[in-house]
Amino acid sequence: MDSTECRFKTDFTERTIRRLTLRNADRTGVSTALGGIVTETGTTLDDYTDRYAQRISGMTASEIRALFAVANRPEVVSLAGGMPYISALPLDAVGEVIGELVAKSGATALQYGLGQGMPELREQICALMADVGIDASVGASPEDVVVTIGGQQALDLIARLFLDPGDVILAEGPTYVGALGVFQAAQAEVVHVPMDHDGLIPAALETAIAEQRRLGRRVKFLYTIPTYQNPAGVTLSEERREQVLDICERAGLLVIEDDPYGRLGFEGEAPRPLRARRRDGVFYLSTFSKTFAPGLRVGWILAPHAVRDKLVITTEANILCPSNFAQSVVSTYLSTMPWRQQLKTYQQIYAERRDTMLSALADLMPEGTTWTRPAGGLFVWATLPEGLDSKAMVPRAIAARVAYVPGTGFYADGTGRQHLRLNFSFPSPERIREGVRRLAGVVEEELALRAVFAGAGPLDGAYGPQRPGAHAPGPDLA
Amino acid sequence: MTEYSAPPATVGELRCLVLAGGLSYERDVSLRSGARVLDALRAAGVEAEPADADVTLLPTLKADPPDAVFIALHGSTGEDGSLRGVLDLCGVPYVGCDARSSRLAWDKPSAKAVLSESGIPTPDWVALPHDRFSELGAVAVLERIVDRLGLPLMVKPAQGGSGLGAAVVSEASELPAAMVGCFAYHQTALVERYVEGVDVAVSVLDLGEGPFALPPVEIVPSNGVYDYAARYTAGLTTWHTPARLSPEVTAHVVKTALAAHNALGLRDLSRVDLIVTPDGDCTVLEVNVAPGMTETSLLPMAIQAGGLDLGEVLATLVHRATQR
Repeated sequence: MDSTECRFKTDFTERTIRRLTLRNADRTGVSTALGGIVTETGTTLDDYTDRYAQRISGMTASEIRALFAVANRPEVVSLAGGMPYISALPLDAVGEVIGELVAKSGATALQYGLGQGMPELREQICALMADVGIDASVGASPEDVVVTIGGQQALDLIARLFLDPGDVILAEGPTYVGALGVFQAAQAEVVHVPMDHDGLIPAALETAIAEQRRLGRRVKFLYTIPTYQNPAGVTLSEERREQVLDICERAGLLVIEDDPYGRLGFEGEAPRPLRARRRDGVFYLSTFSKTFAPGLRVGWILAPHAVRDKLVITTEANILCPSNFAQSVVSTYLSTMPWRQQLKTYQQIYAERRDTMLSALADLMPEGTTWTRPAGGLFVWATLPEGLDSKAMVPRAIAARVAYVPGTGFYADGTGRQHLRLNFSFPSPERIREGVRRLAGVVEEELALRAVFAGAGPLDGAYGPQRPGAHAPGPDLA
Repeated sequence: MTEYSAPPATVGELRCLVLAGGLSYERDVSLRSGARVLDALRAAGVEAEPADADVTLLPTLKADPPDAVFIALHGSTGEDGSLRGVLDLCGVPYVGCDARSSRLAWDKPSAKAVLSESGIPTPDWVALPHDRFSELGAVAVLERIVDRLGLPLMVKPAQGGSGLGAAVVSEASELPAAMVGCFAYHQTALVERYVEGVDVAVSVLDLGEGPFALPPVEIVPSNGVYDYAARYTAGLTTWHTPARLSPEVTAHVVKTALAAHNALGLRDLSRVDLIVTPDGDCTVLEVNVAPGMTETSLLPMAIQAGGLDLGEVLATLVHRATQR
């Protein structure tokens, strides 16, 4: 086998006989031809293996992520996404508005714009915030608003401004997976603070702050989604809002309040945002992704003017300016269309879907399963019977044609395996019920299997910390 | 296909439907394989179009039958023979082995039985559906497995690929967790004696003059385990092409791989995964009838190492399929 020669005739009529030599003996030439770092005769198929920044280590292919690939097929009921139900928008009317916008103001809308964002839109944003109590009386001003590429860029800007490697961030456990990704990219460490049905537990927050200080670590801020939390679906109670703010004030801890869902309540008004209660020490982040359309990628930060200046310089270095076109669409939508009515439509649709999900869970899930009862937002957070592992159960669920996000995706430290996140905003009520029916079957099968092996030894290996996003689907999953 | 410089446009009369996606655990891998196959076939002058294995497939095959189908579907749909059976019903030729051989190779315990009967070495094994554990008692069955096969053990789903649901068990106490993890992917587990050695994959092609082996590829995962991340993250695994084996061992490995391909009645292309033990012997782990075609997959690597062009090889296989 030093050298194998193989002749064959390509059967294409136009072709001549080709002579191909298999160079088994030519050890070095072959592998370099493949590209990639060459070690002796081998290749890793990645030319840059030894040149990546340290912070990207651990960016590996994820089997859980790959399993989500089937979830967009119609055979699968996906409860794994986080999409608003955009089909509820009057798309014809929105289309007309956009057409008119380009015809009349295209020369501005399609041009570069201010790094801070369009002044008209910033004023409209302030009017929206005033609705929920964040107004001039607590120092809110269009001058202190920075428009961002969705809430996600707002988080990224905060991280760029405030985080050094090794800094600690306190966040609810579980928390938004996209925030975990941003904080990890900044090489900061997230320490989770537990919640109950009334949201973040103040005593646990105090303990966490004290513990981190005792360890001599620098805690930079509390990141919180107080209203209709993603993924837990719970809301920080009125009473606790003041307690949490007091604790942070006493500890000199900045609060990053992320409020994408505050307007998606089904049971009356949500408690006022944290920022509406304090002039200082709270930065407020929100987005039009859930109230209008995520495809436009328009969000914002409200921050004190000193911070705002640095945010603008940072965003210019980062993205130059947010899309003028997307901002113009949002601005026109707010000024010419019945957006409050549209919000009511979303609320009604989501309320019906939440009710369907809650009653399906109550009717179908095996004993020992519990779940939260969200008063708004897009998600229910379920807890499996003792001993079950939602990450290990994903392939079984995919085989049963239902998808969810395992709880481990929402923790930075590898915990959360007993939980799972279920989305009710996107699937129809019929699909939600069918999805829960399938999920219940999956849980029952898993319980039965574990019962068989119970007593044979431990049934779960430990999970280490995971790359954020490794256990959660991408943003394109319905 | 004039936008591609080589080969000449005259072969552009061949029309091929590339099936990728599917509903298996390996949909993501399949989509990547399919994209690579499409590019390669188009570069070789074949008019190739992508399609998923969904409800639109049969109407498409009926309304506008291609000259042949290339199956880049991994997992049950592409490999368990059922889709090949349906293509047979439709009278559409396809690249690769027939439905029967595909089913045989896909089910690892069946394939191992055939290999064993043909005198081809494969690690000792037992295949057990989860029902058997509940009927006979998990503790007693696991004890017998460890007593008989020893440690370490390899646990993997009886059907499936990409290392999903697979685990190496070095202590008896780890076995229950490995079984539970495996049963999440498939109702039957294959437990086999873990063989220490070098991981090698041999791709087998038949371009018209009988099956021949491409240079073996040696797999050295950086963290010691060739799991999903190591397979599909460029940079995590070092592949040696050809494998760093002596000419005698290479010849033995290639002969064994060809024997496995023939014993299972495979056709056109396959990939045989083996372990080469320190004493130069080898044992067959499994045989794949729809080998991965992604950027980090072994068959394309072997084709390149063999001095062949992926597009020309695939185009030749497509053409051969149309002649059946």
